[in-house]
Amino acid sequence: MEVSKRRFLKLIGLTVLGVLARPVFGALSRLKAARASPAGAYFAGKRWGMVVNLKSCTGCAACVDACHSAHAVPSFGNPKEEIKWIWTIPYEEAFPEQNHELIKKELRGLPTPVLCNHCDNPPCAQVCPVGAIWKREDGLVMQDYHRCIGCRYCMVACPYGAVSFNWRDPRPFIGKRNSDFPIRKPGVVERCNFCEERLAKDLRPACVEACKEKALVFGDLEDAGSEVRRTLDSHYSLRRKPELGTKPKVYYIV
Amino acid sequence: MLEKALIGGRRYWGLIILLVVIAGVGFIFYLRQLSYGLGITGLSRDVPWGLYVANFTFLVGVAASAVMVVLPYYLHNYQQFGKLTTLGEFLAVAAVIMCILFIVLDQGQPARLYHVIVYPSPNSMLFWDMVVLNGYLLLNVVIGWATLNAESKSEPPPAWVRPLVLLSIPWAFSIHTVTAFIYSGLAARPFWLTAIMAPRFLASAFASGPALLILICLIMRRFTKFNPGNEALEKLAQIATYATIATVFFLLLELFTVYYAGIPAHMIHFQYLLFGLEGKAALVPWMWTSILLACVALALLINPATRRRENTLIAACGAVLVFTWIDKGLALMVPGFIPSPTGQILEYSPTLPEVLMTLGVWALGFLLLTILYKITISVKEERAA
Repeated sequence: MEVSKRRFLKLIGLTVLGVLARPVFGALSRLKAARASPAGAYFAGKRWGMVVNLKSCTGCAACVDACHSAHAVPSFGNPKEEIKWIWTIPYEEAFPEQNHELIKKELRGLPTPVLCNHCDNPPCAQVCPVGAIWKREDGLVMQDYHRCIGCRYCMVACPYGAVSFNWRDPRPFIGKRNSDFPIRKPGVVERCNFCEERLAKDLRPACVEACKEKALVFGDLEDAGSEVRRTLDSHYSLRRKPELGTKPKVYYIV
Repeated sequence: MLEKALIGGRRYWGLIILLVVIAGVGFIFYLRQLSYGLGITGLSRDVPWGLYVANFTFLVGVAASAVMVVLPYYLHNYQQFGKLTTLGEFLAVAAVIMCILFIVLDQGQPARLYHVIVYPSPNSMLFWDMVVLNGYLLLNVVIGWATLNAESKSEPPPAWVRPLVLLSIPWAFSIHTVTAFIYSGLAARPFWLTAIMAPRFLASAFASGPALLILICLIMRRFTKFNPGNEALEKLAQIATYATIATVFFLLLELFTVYYAGIPAHMIHFQYLLFGLEGKAALVPWMWTSILLACVALALLINPATRRRENTLIAACGAVLVFTWIDKGLALMVPGFIPSPTGQILEYSPTLPEVLMTLGVWALGFLLLTILYKITISVKEERAA
């Protein structure tokens, strides 16, 4: 069969259109509906959030150990390659805007647990060029390790430094593991997932469970009777960098 | 026309071999990066973007600057640029290819890059950058090739080229605007949170692109029969002059707002860039070199005598290139991350493999440019003969 140049080009054009149609429609529909979350009893939460009570936190970092062994987080022992989901920093660094030279002595250098804020308006999800980070209906900021291309735009866009990158194979650097949470490949980002895998089994986040002082409180921000809401009702609370409009869902009591 | 790239003298083949070798060295290190991961670079949790993205940003500017020869010729009928439009378009082609290579180099999972197409995310400025850069590449390949093909047959370019050329003019502005939006839209990074980012990018692009083109023209005038003409070169130098003035002016505007308003979160990054913080000052020598070169470039370009003399023009163009490369490269990228959002100062310096891979991409880009220019010059020489 004779195929003219014009007809060949037409066919190529149609093929390209056909290939592009599905992803374009997909993207447009994704703008509207957030992906649904699996149902469960504890999972009835509508908008998950956390309170960190610095009045009872001793800075023991049991939460860090619990989280990092539950999620196979490697420890490289150097700040360049470091991967962290929850960690402690001095109070002044967590709340630089609130710092001044006459700040209360007890707050000075106070180890403050920091983690992903699971923002209601997450900049990491906004900038991801492949939709590998998104906000679920129940407010969890989720991430797909298999879709991530490793461009690190989310690390650049996060005002809390909550995203880490696998600069190399993490496998040899993973210490104790107490779950079957998958080990990541080199070349993808990772961050706190609010223990999405534990919530699905009706368990509280590993850090919350590990805290002997009960300084970490987790629950549904929509439920007026929940422990988080009752804690927030009775204390003055702060969020990190609220002026940026990210609407963080981790609250601090000082 | 491609066969013209296969016929050349000893000097031509020497250059080709040199560029292939440099690109080859870069490629060997890229294989290492693929197996080890991006940990082979100096990048870190605190400074996740560095030399690769810095070069990408600079080269988007070089690509966009093709419009500075295309616009006067097609919109203002400035005939002196007639000989330069194809060169400008091919420079854009080579620059965009280098941009794409730097992006590939920077990905943790480059094999998944097609995800940007199969999971398009209009929220992300990187997605739009992919769209505009590839569109611009396609436009310039088609326009450059069609124009040159017509020239080789001593015909006027086909009629459908003109609408594409007209489209490519606003498109050139779009690529650098969207690239600026990658940075200037982030609440997390006060160093980049400035509406003047896109105009600053465009101004420095229209300084660096013409400066590069002048240098290339002078090299080609020396070694080939190609002569762009003194008037065209003088006009390019004038464009570079105004654009360099605008670049420096915009930088000063930035400094005024940041230092006069005195918001610590905005000021601290400039403080790191210009003077260092807590004894950590890796960028300070770079930045002051850049400032010094900007002064030299302005002095040589504004004075008509030094702008017209070939030796001083070469020095001025060199100064513009290094100044804008630093200003829009490492000096733009790294201070955005230092200090980190929680106040840590973890400095960045590229590793040797990172530098060699970067040189490899430049070599590959110049290889492509050499081949495209060889074809262009051969066509022009044949017509002149």
